[in-house]
Amino acid sequence: MSQDVESKVKAIIVDKLGVDEEEVTHDANFTNDLGADSLDTVELIMEFEKEFDISIPDEDAENIATVGNAVEYLQDKV
Amino acid sequence: MTLSLEGKTALVTGGSRGIGRSIALNLAELGADVAITYARSVEAAEAVKEKIESRGARAKALQADAVSYDKAEDVIGGIIDDWDKLDILVNNAGITRDNLILRMNEEQWDQVIDTNLKSVFNYSKAVAKPMMRNRGGSIINISSVVGLSGNAGQSNYAASKAGIIGFTKSFAKELASRNIRANVIAPGYITTEMTGELDDNILKSIEDETPLGRPGEAVEVAHAVAFLASELSSYITGETLRVDGGMAM
Repeated sequence: MSQDVESKVKAIIVDKLGVDEEEVTHDANFTNDLGADSLDTVELIMEFEKEFDISIPDEDAENIATVGNAVEYLQDKV
Repeated sequence: MTLSLEGKTALVTGGSRGIGRSIALNLAELGADVAITYARSVEAAEAVKEKIESRGARAKALQADAVSYDKAEDVIGGIIDDWDKLDILVNNAGITRDNLILRMNEEQWDQVIDTNLKSVFNYSKAVAKPMMRNRGGSIINISSVVGLSGNAGQSNYAASKAGIIGFTKSFAKELASRNIRANVIAPGYITTEMTGELDDNILKSIEDETPLGRPGEAVEVAHAVAFLASELSSYITGETLRVDGGMAM
């Protein structure tokens, strides 16, 4: 399951941000490394919510800045 | 291109009376499904709903306190559950509590700022994510020429209406990359229940100050709203359009 979460998260990031899979490393920061603007990060969160059928409150979303943050948060919630 | 809103869905806050009612009916006339919110006037709201339906469009009349953010999320969530999307939001809900600053109390100030300005934040924020998902949308916020020029006895109202303009420009800049437009309409003296409360001397002086020399009709505001809601205005965002007979130019 945890592998599954990680691969789904990475697939969403590749699709949303139009980056190569190799760039989507554990420590990659959405804004600084993957070229996301502030609305892109909001849209990423919206995609995670849809894919995993959960609701991510704004205060949690603010702490999800890297690929690793997202994977860990979602593994915890799903 | 002709002005058509066929296949679009719209929400008009404060849509049971006055300018809001006229806006809602006109959007329906142009083919949109229209939901309205209202504060207390149940009968008036139901009458607007029936009129919208009689034009062959879907309609909703929802009782909602404009000041509550949670309520705004409920209203917009409910519309999207039933209609799949919300293309057009018209923030029209507004009140007046007129008084000279020297006599104005805190409650009069807070009520007007909350109902007229906070409500615009509430509904605009609640609709932003759904519009992002929908890859576009148009928000039209109803301000007033009083927000441009100020008006003795209406410092609270003027502040709320000027605040709407600054908010709308910021919103327009933040969401422009997602094809979401936001514009303001600043009506002048329009004959409605709200202006019916003004006394005759004030009305006469307003007419004297209006180059077109007459009060406006609510439907004249509604036509401007329809333009900004439609694809005819696809390159216009962050703009304030006066519909005031030239009063504030």
